[in-house]
Amino acid sequence: MTRPVLFLCFLLALAMPASLLAGQGSLDGVHARLILIELRLPRVLLAVTIGAGLGASGAAMQGYLRNPLADPGLFGIAPGAALGAVIALWFGYTASPWLLPLFALAGAGGAMGLLAAIAGRTGGIALFTLAGLMVSSLAGALTALAISLAPNAFAMSEIVLWLNGALTDRSWREVYLAAPLVLAGIAILHRSGPMLDALTLGEPVARSLGVDTTTLLWLLITGIACTVGASVAVAGIVGFVGLVVPHLVRPLTDRRPSSLIVPSGLAGALLVLAADSIVRLLPLMTELRLGIMLSLLGAPFFLWLLVRMRRGLGGMA
Amino acid sequence: MTLLARSVGLGERVRQVSATFEPGTITAICGPNGAGKSSLLELLAGLTAPERGSIEIDGASLSLLKPRMRAQRIGYLPQDQGIAWDVAARAVAELGRLPHRDTNAEPVEAAMAALDVAHLATRRAQTLSGGEKARVLLARVLAGEPEWVLADEPLAALDLGHQHAMMRHLRALADGGIGVVVVLHDLAHAMNRADRVLVLDAGRGIVHGPPLEALSARIIAQVWGIEAEWIGRRGEQALITRSPVEA
Repeated sequence: MTRPVLFLCFLLALAMPASLLAGQGSLDGVHARLILIELRLPRVLLAVTIGAGLGASGAAMQGYLRNPLADPGLFGIAPGAALGAVIALWFGYTASPWLLPLFALAGAGGAMGLLAAIAGRTGGIALFTLAGLMVSSLAGALTALAISLAPNAFAMSEIVLWLNGALTDRSWREVYLAAPLVLAGIAILHRSGPMLDALTLGEPVARSLGVDTTTLLWLLITGIACTVGASVAVAGIVGFVGLVVPHLVRPLTDRRPSSLIVPSGLAGALLVLAADSIVRLLPLMTELRLGIMLSLLGAPFFLWLLVRMRRGLGGMA
Repeated sequence: MTLLARSVGLGERVRQVSATFEPGTITAICGPNGAGKSSLLELLAGLTAPERGSIEIDGASLSLLKPRMRAQRIGYLPQDQGIAWDVAARAVAELGRLPHRDTNAEPVEAAMAALDVAHLATRRAQTLSGGEKARVLLARVLAGEPEWVLADEPLAALDLGHQHAMMRHLRALADGGIGVVVVLHDLAHAMNRADRVLVLDAGRGIVHGPPLEALSARIIAQVWGIEAEWIGRRGEQALITRSPVEA
C-alpha cells in the first residue's frame, strides 16, 4: 500500500468511531445500544460506502476525460438513477422499502444501456461525452417533468427532498444493497487504471500502446454504473464529491490516474462521513440535507479552483 | 523483417500507397500538407485499419495481430506532445512498458539514458522544455523496445539544435537495428539524414527511393510546385527555393 492510502486509512479509522458518537440523541439511556447498532452504524457505513464510490468514480472519470473538471455526473448515470427513484416516488411505490432503490438501479442501468448503445461500439471519447451529456439532460428534463406533474403536493415535496440527497433514517438494508455494488465498481475502475495512465498521452498513443478503447469504455461505464448508481439508489444525489475529492488527493500521489482511484475512494469516504456528521450535529429544526451540505462545501471550492486555473498557476493538474 | 504497405488506401486521404520499409534504416515520408502523411503513418502503426490493400509485418497482416502484440513491436510517436497530468518524466517513459505488462526498470532507464533525459527522471511534465519533452516522449517509445519506431513530425516543435539532436537520436536507433519511419516537413533533413524517402502527393505514393532520387528538383517542382535547387556537399545539402513554378 502506498503512503497516501495508509494515511487515509488511518484517518478513516479515527473518523468512523468519532462519527458514531455524533448526533443529537443521548447515548446514556437504555436505547444506546439500539441507537448505535441499528441507526448510527449503518449510517456511518453507508456514508463511507457512497463516499468511496463517488470519490473513486470521480478520479476514474477525470482520468478518462483527461480533464480535472470532469464529474461522474457527466455520464448521465446519476441523473438516470435519480429519474428511476423519482418514478418510484411519483407512483407512490414506497410501500416496500426495496422498491425505490431498485427503481434507481434500473434507472442507472437504463442510462448505461443508452450510453452503450450510442457510443459503445466506437469507444471515442468525444462521442461518449456528448452522449453522456444528452442522457443527462434527458433524465434531468424527465425528472423536472415528473416534479411539475406530481400527483399531489406530498409526492412533489418528497421528490424534491429526496433529490437533495441524505442519509437520514437509513438502515442495514441500504448497506447490504449498496456496499457490494460499490466495492465491485471500485474494483472495476481500479482495473482500468493502467489504461487511464496510457490516456495521459492522448487517445492515439493509448491505442498504439495496445489499449482497447472500447474495453476501457465498458469498464468505465460498468464501474460508474455500480458506484454512482448504488450511491444514488440509497442516498439520492450527493454532488461535488466526485469532482472535489480527486483534486484534494492528487497532490498526495504521483498524479498518475491509476494512483488516484483508491485514495480518492478513501478520501471520498472521509469527506461524506465528515459532512454527514456535521449535518447530524447542526442544531437545526430539521436536519440539513447531506447533498445541500456537500454543495455548500463544494461550490466555493470549485470557484476557488476556477480562479486558480485562471491565474494559470498550474492548477490543471 | 519488413513492414510492407500493399496498395493501401483509406478514404480520400490515402488513395494508393505501396512501400516496403527496412529495419536498420530511416525512411522519411515527405509531401505537401494534406498529402496523407500522418494518415499513412497511422495505418502503418495499426491505429486505423486500411479500407483497401493491407499492411503486413513480416508477411502477416497487421490487422490480424492482437493490439498488445502489435504494440510490443511498433512504437508510435504522434505530433501531439500533450501530457494530460503533471506526472514525472520517468512515469511518462514507463508507459512504454504497458504492452509488456511489466514494470521492468532496465529498458526504461536505458531509454532515458540513450535520449539524455536520465537526469530529468523526477521532473514534472509541466516543467519540461519543448526539447526535453520531445526526448522524454521518444524515450517512452524506446522503453517498449519496439522493432519499429514511427514518428509523426518529431521536429515540428523543436529549434534548430534540438532538430539535429533528434535526427541523431533517430539515426542511433536505426544503427541499432530498429526500422525508423518518420514524417518530415524539412526536406533538407530528409535529404541529409534519411536512407530512403517516400514522397506522397494527394494520397498517392509518387516515388520511394534514395533521397537524391526521390527529392530531385524535378520531383519537388512536380509535387510542391516550387522551383528548387540543392547546393552543398552530400550530407550537408541545403535547398534553395525560388518562385512557384508556373502551371
